[in-house]
Amino acid sequence: MKRIIQPVLAVAVGLIAGLAVTWGAGENPWHVFRILVKGAFGSGYDVGMTLFYATPLIFTGLSVAVAFQAGLFNIGAEGQLTLGALAAAAVGAVWPGLGSPLAPVLAGAVALAAGTAWGAIPGWLRARRGSHEVINTIMLNFVAAGLASYVALYMIKNPDSQNPETRPIGAGYGLAHFGLFGGAPVSAALPLALLAALLVWILMGRTALGFEIRAVGQSEAAARAAGIDPGRIRIIAMALAGGLAGLVGIGEVLGNSGRFILGFSPEYGFMGIAVALLGRNQPAGVVAAALLFGALHKGTAELDLETEHVTREVSLVFQALIILCVSADGVWCWMGRGERWSVGASERGAGGAGGREMRWK
Amino acid sequence: MRAGLVCAAVLAACVRPAFAEFKVALVLDRGGKDDKSFNTSAYEGATLAKKKLGVFLKYVEVADDNGFEPMLRGFAQREFDLIIGIGFSQREAIRKVSAQFPKRHFAIVDSEVTAPNVRSLMFEEHEGAYVIGAIAAMTSKTGKIGFVGGMDIPLIRRFVMGYEAGAKRINPQIKVLDNYVGVTSEAWNNPPKGKELAVSQYEAGVDIIFAGAGASGLGVFDAAEERKKFAIGVDANQDWIKPGVILTSMLKRVDEAVFAVIQEAQAGKFTGGVKRFGLGNKGVDYSFDQYNAKVLTEPVRKRADELKAEIIAGKVAVPDYYKLQKR
Repeated sequence: MKRIIQPVLAVAVGLIAGLAVTWGAGENPWHVFRILVKGAFGSGYDVGMTLFYATPLIFTGLSVAVAFQAGLFNIGAEGQLTLGALAAAAVGAVWPGLGSPLAPVLAGAVALAAGTAWGAIPGWLRARRGSHEVINTIMLNFVAAGLASYVALYMIKNPDSQNPETRPIGAGYGLAHFGLFGGAPVSAALPLALLAALLVWILMGRTALGFEIRAVGQSEAAARAAGIDPGRIRIIAMALAGGLAGLVGIGEVLGNSGRFILGFSPEYGFMGIAVALLGRNQPAGVVAAALLFGALHKGTAELDLETEHVTREVSLVFQALIILCVSADGVWCWMGRGERWSVGASERGAGGAGGREMRWK
Repeated sequence: MRAGLVCAAVLAACVRPAFAEFKVALVLDRGGKDDKSFNTSAYEGATLAKKKLGVFLKYVEVADDNGFEPMLRGFAQREFDLIIGIGFSQREAIRKVSAQFPKRHFAIVDSEVTAPNVRSLMFEEHEGAYVIGAIAAMTSKTGKIGFVGGMDIPLIRRFVMGYEAGAKRINPQIKVLDNYVGVTSEAWNNPPKGKELAVSQYEAGVDIIFAGAGASGLGVFDAAEERKKFAIGVDANQDWIKPGVILTSMLKRVDEAVFAVIQEAQAGKFTGGVKRFGLGNKGVDYSFDQYNAKVLTEPVRKRADELKAEIIAGKVAVPDYYKLQKR
């Protein structure tokens, strides 16, 4: 129960602190809060946009969470989703004649494969060469961005546009939008994201592989003693994380713009870290946190239109304050039960992966 | 009774008067309101309309390339009368939103969207750049001039092509170097990279650099000041930023185009279609004011004005990258 109450409290405190900031900027915080809620849930379209923003965050949140479980910190979700989206767009641009349902399935599989491969590289480097995945995933983000620019601008450039983007994908690749949401681009990517969350839950909690991943994450020595090869598990975990991030391409390319646009992501990959943290690395928690961040992303966009002094950048303030409150874990423990903050949770490195709060139940 | 009165008062406060003011929305590009160039120029035009015509103005800056559509849509839903998108990045978004809201009026700068409720404001950058190239060639002592572009796209290539043609008209042996800050929209807002490129061009013997790079051009001006060379501004009149260092600016009167479309829409005379701004209607020009009076000499200006007249009269064919691109 406490595991649910703490994040909820943290969100509440973060929101209140964020609203206090807008008050300091000369706005009525109640008015700001109403704009946020109305902006995120006010109409079918608004709800749709919230879900549209939440979808990639579910994928990247799961990606970071799975890596966390293996004691790895995946900062590379941004690069993995870039390559996933690029790969899906490339397939659609190179073979535009393909028809539905084969076309979207193929493009989705390619996005998955590209993300998996990009995630497996730092996994392998960590497992077999001992170089730290934090450094490698960050660096691979830059490599992915460069690669994407090259492919989008020199290989499959859209000749009809000044934007840096690839040629549009064939008509057979497009995913239909659900009619409920007044034209917002909510496609099959959303149920796919929920399915992915379910599968991750089953994998982690109900399978031998999931057990091995968690074992490596919690104690490498113990896992080794139990006959698990930590290197193999790390490669698998990072490949899995990369694949999940790569799936972002489905909603963006097949479900929305129909092409790969450089800079389409407002850093979904990095927001995924916050989502995983807030969701306590549990699939259900990740889905809830992604919805919250999606709502914040949509809701704060309205602030630009409705207020004089507050812009959408305040969304980052909200996110930061919420994360601050979530990660101020020791304070919560101390306030709640008088428990002492256990050093074990922070000493494991890898950004606090593993430890008490990260444990899978 | 009292409650009823309060209710009525509240209602009266909420209901808009029938003669509601004319509402204009301005959606700026990545460079932002304070790029002192393209976006600033657009913002100034809209601000002037607010002052002179009494329109209600709301502007936003957009953080990522996927953010344009929700913004445009948000304005359309709030029943803004005229929604202006600054920059070609918004083409797809304007196309979609204008189709969904056929009763709203839209305008877009630097890109063509064909719809009855959209006006496309296009500038003949190559004509202006031709005159600028000639001015640079006449002023250069080293016989080498440079161009630092923002994003490497056809629009910017159009500048370079005109610039080079104008320079070669004056001095057929002149060398023109060109470099670009980047390939994504961040290239408009990266002054350090602009400065880096400018320094390396000055090192290579260039003594005048034309900066067509939005806010990144500010870095070019810094480099020019440090190296005691000349730079040329773009879009807005940038001569004041570093007087004596900025030789002139290629004006692209986004401000006037924005003001004009607001004025016409307010008067109920909005029409869709493409409106072009060239040397002939002073949509593009070079700048001359108290800030560059000492460096832009009279013979140079005289020759530049002759070239302008020739282009307007159709005696010179300025190469147009857009037309050469079309196969």
